[in-house]
Amino acid sequence: MDDTASHAVIQVRGIRKAYGRTLAVDDVSFEVQRAEIFGLIGPNGAGKTTTMECVEGVRRPDRGSITVLGLDPERQAHALQQRIGVQLQEAQLQKRIKVREAVALWSSLYRTSVNGDDLLAQLGLGEKRNAWFMTLSGGQKQRLFIALALINEPEVVFLDELTTGLDPQARRAIWELVRGIRSRGKTVFLTTHLMEEAERLCDRVAIIDHGRLIDAGTPAALVRRHCPERTVVVTTADPAAADTFRAIPGIDAVDVAGAELSLRGRGDDFVTRVIQCLADHRITVTDLRTESPTLEDVFLRVTGHALRN
Amino acid sequence: MRGLWRLTWLETKIFVREPLGVFGTVVVPALMFIVLGRIVGPPMRHGARNLPPVVSVDLPVLTAMLIEISAVLSLVAVMAIYREGGILKRLRATPLRPVTILSAHVLVKLLFTALSLVLMVLGGRGSYPVPADVPLMSFGGGVLVATLAILSIGFLLASIAPTARFAQPIGALILYPMLGISGLFGPVEVMPPAMQTIARFVPFTYAVSLLRGLWRGDGWAAHATDVAVLALVFLVCTLLATRVFRWE
Repeated sequence: MDDTASHAVIQVRGIRKAYGRTLAVDDVSFEVQRAEIFGLIGPNGAGKTTTMECVEGVRRPDRGSITVLGLDPERQAHALQQRIGVQLQEAQLQKRIKVREAVALWSSLYRTSVNGDDLLAQLGLGEKRNAWFMTLSGGQKQRLFIALALINEPEVVFLDELTTGLDPQARRAIWELVRGIRSRGKTVFLTTHLMEEAERLCDRVAIIDHGRLIDAGTPAALVRRHCPERTVVVTTADPAAADTFRAIPGIDAVDVAGAELSLRGRGDDFVTRVIQCLADHRITVTDLRTESPTLEDVFLRVTGHALRN
Repeated sequence: MRGLWRLTWLETKIFVREPLGVFGTVVVPALMFIVLGRIVGPPMRHGARNLPPVVSVDLPVLTAMLIEISAVLSLVAVMAIYREGGILKRLRATPLRPVTILSAHVLVKLLFTALSLVLMVLGGRGSYPVPADVPLMSFGGGVLVATLAILSIGFLLASIAPTARFAQPIGALILYPMLGISGLFGPVEVMPPAMQTIARFVPFTYAVSLLRGLWRGDGWAAHATDVAVLALVFLVCTLLATRVFRWE
């Protein structure tokens, strides 16, 4: 066993899943390492949820193999369910179930469970213990689902489109919770169609589109690999600056818009070279900012289309 | 079956929290019974033979059957709502076994069926006193057997019902006509031959025959065929339902 394999808590090899004639997941392979936040990203309908549900053991792939914590999610479902926590996309509970009743039910189903009241308090639901599920806000419902996914002290937590439909404030609060899960040594496997969420939250991401996995890596590595160009925007009154900049090694273009010059180039050291040039030629700038491509740009480039919402 | 009792108790509480649900399935039947008793008057006491036999003789059987059907319809609706709302899917992703989830719902329905029947017997005491010689325990056992068989039909309906909206009306469209030719409103023997054939394949016919017999004091041995058929219906429908059941 090599070093990578020994740390992989999830191994997915060549899975495929069709619904009738629609191929939802087509030959997808990836690994998730221990104690990382791994994100499956792509537009709605890309095959994220199907892939995740296959890994959870809720769905059976037509082809391929999956190992989670060394177990087969399909044949060893019972053993695995004790060790994972699951939050499903667009799931609901009984309208009139109380928060604490849901937590108590879930606790009773697992061999090990954490203190439900403490968990609710940590998730900011202490006041809502006796509230009916139907009276909770979207963010509160999601926090309850996180609580239910964590009740059995799981080693791997699955979060499917966790923050969809939440306002930015609730979303940030949920991100903090997810980081907290990782800091306790747990592995988080999530899906999202929000590139900002993936970029801010995930240690590694895999891009999936039309059922196919396109690339995987850290957000920074994906940006470097697919969108190596950088833009430095400087504001200067120096009339000779544009010609000076054009001599910078690796520069692609200099766009002039009045006093604002956009320098486009590529490579990790492009920004350094621009600053070097400013110093060498004693060019006075009143403003300088860099524009880096994001995962959104990576997605656009590798799939050839923007994320549909 | 880990979690069965907790889930059953929980579902009971959740059911009680929906005021209309309890009112409709438990209180309304009992109230109707009392009101009808006041209007029509006690048939037995006046020896009113002009009433149809279904009221004068088979009232307990009719009552039991109607309550069972209403329990089954409510089960069909609940399952459809749970499926559509993603509740079943969420429960399924836990160590809860499918059979546990379904059993909990059956137990809740049985509980409320029993409760309705007891309320009706108590509420109707004045107008329709239960004769002292009726073997109530035996009749209760018969109601349980019939209910389980009919509930399994409900499961099958719940498994294939396309949406929550249609689950209950479709269930009603299938179940009430079945009751119509079950022999409750007239002996099967006097029906046209085609109807008789259909009646022979309708599980309700055997439920009615069993309940009617037990109320009159027949022994269980006399109704072995009825029990066997109802058991078969239960097994076949449950098996089919677990095969075709959709979780989402």
